[in-house]
Amino acid sequence: MADTTSPSAANRPEGAERLSEARRDAMRGEPPYSEAPPEDTRLVRALKEGGITAALVAALTLFFFAFRTDIAVGGLSLTASPVVWIIAIAIAFAGRFLLTYFVFAGDTAVVGGWKKVAAGTGRMPIGKILGVLLLFIALTLPILLPQFLPSQNRYLLNLGITILTYVMLGWGLNIVVGLAGLLDLGYVAFYAVGAYSFALLATNFELGFWVCLPMAGLFAAMWGVILGFPVLRLRGDYLAIVTLAFGEIIRIVLLNWYEFTGGPDGILGIPEPSFFGLEFNRRDGSFSDFFGIEYSPIQKFIYLYYIILALALLTNFVTMRLRKLPVGRAWEALREDEIACRSLGINTTNVKLTAFATGAMFGGFAGSFFATKQQFISPESFTFIESAIILAIVVLGGLGSQLGVVIASVAMIGGIELLRKLTVLQAVFGNDFDPTQYRMLIFGLAMVLIMVWKPRGLVSTRSPSAVYKEKKTIGADMVAQGEGH
Amino acid sequence: MLKETQNWSANPVLSVEHLTMRFGGLVAVDDLSFNVGRGDITALIGPNGAGKTTVFNCVTGFYKPTEGRIALRRDQAVADGTLAELTKSGRQYFDGDKGGVFLLERMPDFKITEVAGVARTFQNIRLFGGMTVLENLLVAQHNQLMQASSFTIGGLFGLPGYRKAAAAAKDKAVEWLRHVNLLDRADDPAADLPYGAQRRLEIARALCTNPVLLCLDEPAAGLNPRESAELNELLRFIRDEHGVSVLLIEHDMGVVMEISDHIIVLDYGKKIADGTASEVRSDPKVIAAYLGVDDEEVDEVERDLDVQTGHSASEGGSQ
Repeated sequence: MADTTSPSAANRPEGAERLSEARRDAMRGEPPYSEAPPEDTRLVRALKEGGITAALVAALTLFFFAFRTDIAVGGLSLTASPVVWIIAIAIAFAGRFLLTYFVFAGDTAVVGGWKKVAAGTGRMPIGKILGVLLLFIALTLPILLPQFLPSQNRYLLNLGITILTYVMLGWGLNIVVGLAGLLDLGYVAFYAVGAYSFALLATNFELGFWVCLPMAGLFAAMWGVILGFPVLRLRGDYLAIVTLAFGEIIRIVLLNWYEFTGGPDGILGIPEPSFFGLEFNRRDGSFSDFFGIEYSPIQKFIYLYYIILALALLTNFVTMRLRKLPVGRAWEALREDEIACRSLGINTTNVKLTAFATGAMFGGFAGSFFATKQQFISPESFTFIESAIILAIVVLGGLGSQLGVVIASVAMIGGIELLRKLTVLQAVFGNDFDPTQYRMLIFGLAMVLIMVWKPRGLVSTRSPSAVYKEKKTIGADMVAQGEGH
Repeated sequence: MLKETQNWSANPVLSVEHLTMRFGGLVAVDDLSFNVGRGDITALIGPNGAGKTTVFNCVTGFYKPTEGRIALRRDQAVADGTLAELTKSGRQYFDGDKGGVFLLERMPDFKITEVAGVARTFQNIRLFGGMTVLENLLVAQHNQLMQASSFTIGGLFGLPGYRKAAAAAKDKAVEWLRHVNLLDRADDPAADLPYGAQRRLEIARALCTNPVLLCLDEPAAGLNPRESAELNELLRFIRDEHGVSVLLIEHDMGVVMEISDHIIVLDYGKKIADGTASEVRSDPKVIAAYLGVDDEEVDEVERDLDVQTGHSASEGGSQ
C-alpha cells in the first residue's frame, strides 16, 4: 500500500543502513592527533594568573592610589599612601586567584560555561557567584558608601533606592513578559494603582505605610485581573497595543478625575514609613531619640533603602519559588506553547490571569514605596516612558532572567546618571561638550550595541525548575519568547 | 465475524455519532459515526485531506463540531439511558460513582483532558522546547500538583502535602521516561532531542495526564524502521499494562496493520470502511481510495462496488 508521506532514505531499511554507515565513516575522520603541551597544576596556574593580574593592577593604579596630591600652602603637597595601593593589588590577586582556582578550573572556556553546561563537577556557576556578590554589595551599601565616597553619600544612596525600585519593577514585569511570555506595554498602570492606592488611603483614612502596602498590592493585583480579562484572547501585537492603551487609560483617568485624585495637582503630604512606630525626624520619640543617637537626615534614606531592598528581595524570592511550583511551570509552558498547554488540561485563562495578577501585585508594592519615598505623586510620574524603561530593563537583561534584570537596571538607571557626570568626554569632544545634553543619545547607542552583541539580552540562558540528576542551563536558542516578540 | 460481537460495538470508550464539521462551504467531516473500543488500538486512516485531523480536533475539543455527538464513557457500567438523559439535560458531563459519561462536543478543550481523560499529541510535535524533558512531564501533571499545592499557597510555604505530591509527580515522570527510553536525557531541553525521541516524549507527556483515551496524530511520521518497531512496542505496552485505549491517525501502514485492533478508513470526510486490519486491507473501496483507478476502469470499479455494497460508490474516489 502506498505511503503518502514522501519516501525518504530513512524510511527504507537499506537506506537507513547506508546512512548510518556514512555517519560511522564521518566519525572516523578525527582531527590529527597532536601532543598537548604540559599543563600546570590548578594551583600553579591560579597563582600565575593571580600574579599577572596583580602586576597589571599595580602598574595601572600606581598613580591613582599610591600617590595623592592635595592643594596645600605654596602649591601641591604629595602624600604617599602605599597601604591603599597594596590593598588594591591584594584584592586583584585574591580575586583572580579564586576565580582561576574555583571557576575557570575546568578545561572549558569561560564563555562555553555561560552558554552550555556550567555545573558539571559541582563548582558554582558564575551567575550564582555574581548574584551573591551583588547581594552582598546591596546589603552593605549604606555602610560602604560613607567609607569610600562620603561626599556623595546621600546622592548615591538615593540612586541606589531608584535602581532597586526599577529592579523590583523589572522583576515584577519579568513574571508577565519573561516567564508567561505576555508582552505588557502598560506595566506602569499597576505602579500607578499601587502609588495612588497608598496615597489616597493614607491621606483620607490616616493609615500608615505598612498597613497600606498589602492593600496597595491587592488593588494592583485586582487591576491586573481586570486587564487580564479583555486581553485573554489576544496575541502578539494586539496584546501589546491593548496593554499600552490600558496604561494610558489609567493615567488619563488619574489626570482628569480631579475630585478623587487631585488631577494634575497630584497628592501631597503622603506620610513616610515609620520604624515600628518611630518616625525619622528631630522631635521627641523619633528614631534617633529612641535609640539615643544623633539625628541625621541620612537615617531616613538608609531606612528607605532597606525597605526597597527587602521588597525587591521578596519579589525575587516569591518569583523563584513560584517557578518551581506548578503555577510557575505553567507560565513557562504557556510561553513555550499555548496549544500544548491546553492539550494537557491546563486552563490557560487562569494561568494568564495569575501571571498578570502576580506581576501587577509587585508593581503595586513598588508603587506604594514610590509614593512614600517621594511624599508627592502626580500622573506625571506614570507616563508611557516608565513602562518602556521597565520593559527595556527586562529585555536588555534577558527575558526570564532574574540576574539579568539587576544588571540591566544598574546599567540603565545607573548608566544614565553616570553619563551626566562624564566630564572625561570633554577631552574628546572639546570643552563645549556638555555630557548631560548627549546622554540620551549615547545611552541609546549603547543599548543598540548591546542588543546587537547579545540579541536575547545579557543573561539569556534558562535554568530548569526541576532536576533529575544534573542541572544544565538551557541555551537561549531553545527557549521560546512567547507572544509578541 | 458478526459486527455485534466486536469489542468496539459492545464496549465502546468513545462513540462518535453523526459528526459533521463544516468550514464555510467546505464539509471536512460529513455525518461520520464510529466507535472506539475500550482497550483497543484503533487507527483512523485515509488519504491526505480526508478529514482525519479534523475528527481529532473535534474529539479533543480544539474544534467545536457543527453537528453530532461525541460521547466518552469512562467506565463500562454506564447505561445507555444515562447518555440519553445527559444529552437532553444540557449538562456537559455526568460523573457518578459507577462511572462517568462525558459529552466532549460540549466541553472546552482543557476540560476534556482534565475531567474526561482524553490526551492527545500533535502532527507537528508541540513540546515545550525550552524546558527540560522532566519539566515537560511535570507540566503535564499540572492539575494534580495544583490541587496538592492548595492552589500555590501551600506550595509557596513548602507544606509537606505538596512536597509529597511533588516527589510523587517526579517519580511518575521518571517512570514514564524509563518506559520511553529517555531517562538519560531527563535534564536536557526537549528541543535538543532527536526527532524520534521528541515523538516518544510527547506520548509520555500525554500519558502523564492519566488519560483513558490517548489520541495520537501520526506518531510514526518521520521515524525510521527501528523506531517504528519501538513505537509499536510502546503502544502495546500502554494498552496492555495501563488499560489506555488508543486512537491514532497514521500513514505508515506497517504500524497500522501490525498493531491496530480496529481500523476506520476515511475519504472526503466520510467513512468508507470500518473493521479489523484484514477486513480493511481487502476492501476494494479502500484500495481505490488509496491507489486510485485508471480512467478506463472507473466505470467497471464503480459497478463492482455497487454490487458489493449495494449503493452508489461515486464518492469512493476515482482520483
